[in-house]
Amino acid sequence: MQNYDLATGSLRELNETLHAQNHNTNQTAWEIENPKGAHAIACGLDAPIEVTVKGSTGYYSAGMNQQATVNITGSAGPGVAENMMSGKVVIDGDASQYAGATGHGGLLVIKGNASSRCGISMKGINIVVHGSIGHMSAFMAQSGNLVVCGDAGDALGDSCYEARLFVRGSVKSLGADCEQKEMRAEHLEILKALLAESESDAKPEEFKRYGSARNLYNFNIDNAY
Amino acid sequence: MCGIVGLFLKDKSMEPELGALLTDMLITMTDRGPDSAGIAIYGSEVPDNAKLTVQSDTPETDFLDLKSELEKAIQGGLKIRVQSTHAVLEIQADQMSKARIALKSIRPNIRVMSTGESLEIYKEVGLPKDVASRFNLKNMSGSHGIGHTRMATESAVTTMGAHPFNTGIDQCLVHNGSLSNHNSLRRKLRRDGVHIETENDTEVGAAYITWKMQQGSSLGEALESSLDDLDGFFTFVVGTKDGFGVVRDPIACKPAVMAETDQYVAFGSEYRALVNLPSIGNAKIWEPEPATVYFWKH
Repeated sequence: MQNYDLATGSLRELNETLHAQNHNTNQTAWEIENPKGAHAIACGLDAPIEVTVKGSTGYYSAGMNQQATVNITGSAGPGVAENMMSGKVVIDGDASQYAGATGHGGLLVIKGNASSRCGISMKGINIVVHGSIGHMSAFMAQSGNLVVCGDAGDALGDSCYEARLFVRGSVKSLGADCEQKEMRAEHLEILKALLAESESDAKPEEFKRYGSARNLYNFNIDNAY
Repeated sequence: MCGIVGLFLKDKSMEPELGALLTDMLITMTDRGPDSAGIAIYGSEVPDNAKLTVQSDTPETDFLDLKSELEKAIQGGLKIRVQSTHAVLEIQADQMSKARIALKSIRPNIRVMSTGESLEIYKEVGLPKDVASRFNLKNMSGSHGIGHTRMATESAVTTMGAHPFNTGIDQCLVHNGSLSNHNSLRRKLRRDGVHIETENDTEVGAAYITWKMQQGSSLGEALESSLDDLDGFFTFVVGTKDGFGVVRDPIACKPAVMAETDQYVAFGSEYRALVNLPSIGNAKIWEPEPATVYFWKH
């Protein structure tokens, strides 16, 4: 176990050290102390390592992640796991706005609540939120799965493309061109696997599925101003 | 950008530490707003007296003999406490308007930062740490206070463009964001006789809230109606003599984190600003909801 204390070391040195790891590294487990809300902690990792951040982080933690598993034991600030490509990011507390934005792959697990714009423009990432999410979540979501065990705020899935949105609780309102969809066997399979991997005890049958009504795919003169 | 910090103490024994805690929070927010900083502090009140906090760019001449000249003009006693470019004048409450009129003629270059029974506002251009040390903020005590670090977007970097803004007796407001309808709203308020000094968007927001309250709204109602009448991005934190409030616009893209314990309620633009508060590890921490007015009172 490698240990790095941000109370004494610099953030830049920490990130450079983590970036220096490659797929052959034998330093596979890292623990970061005293994050104290600093920005861009464990950002841009690209190695199969496990990083535990002991506390709460500020903007853009674990952004652009590839391969690595990052666990934040507190809460995360805006833009956590933004543009993730692969790997896994787990937040034990809450996440601020635009968690998992534009992510292409990997799994983001938020064990508390996520605020507004969770999964905005997601492009293949899987996001599982044990609690609830705020307004404008999955705005222009293109692909991937967003699973919400609690409730969703206003304008869920506005102008979304082919992402699958699963919500167990209530949806305050659906965004433009987002509708409830039929839950088929293949969706229950996807949910079952994601819930298991993110350590949620929710049952796939308790969820409803939402997605694009595909009315905005083609230009319609009646929508022009 | 801009950074906001606020601290409302429930535990009276912490009051001597208010300035030190707020100063630390303010300096942490330097990279959100390095061009100006300010703080509104609700300190002790003197019975029957009110405080007028004023600022001058040439304090060595403007504050010289100010006490005696103003006393002569209002034919009454007052106390003066000079703190760098600012001075706090303690005047008998019923002589306040007389003093403000007299001040305009004997010291035309002096600018009023705040009026109130307990409120004092200190603000200047410069790095937050320099502003804090200029006014010795860390030694101030009080029941609650609000601080702001500014990164100017809508108007010039000047003392009058810095926050907090005094919105009425013992009331102040700070803002993170940018209002997009401030020009039209300024014209409308000016037509209604509201005095607005600068081209700053937040001053319009502050003047709007003052105006609404003059029309009979409570602070809570004024904040509620700001959600309809102000266009643009805002997280506002407001202070009153015995309270502290927060409201965010419906889009809520300007960050906000709150923490509450048995001892205090704290606000920060980022969690970083809160990390050195006592028992923060056990605090309830959350993000205020969009388009929702929050308020705490003593």
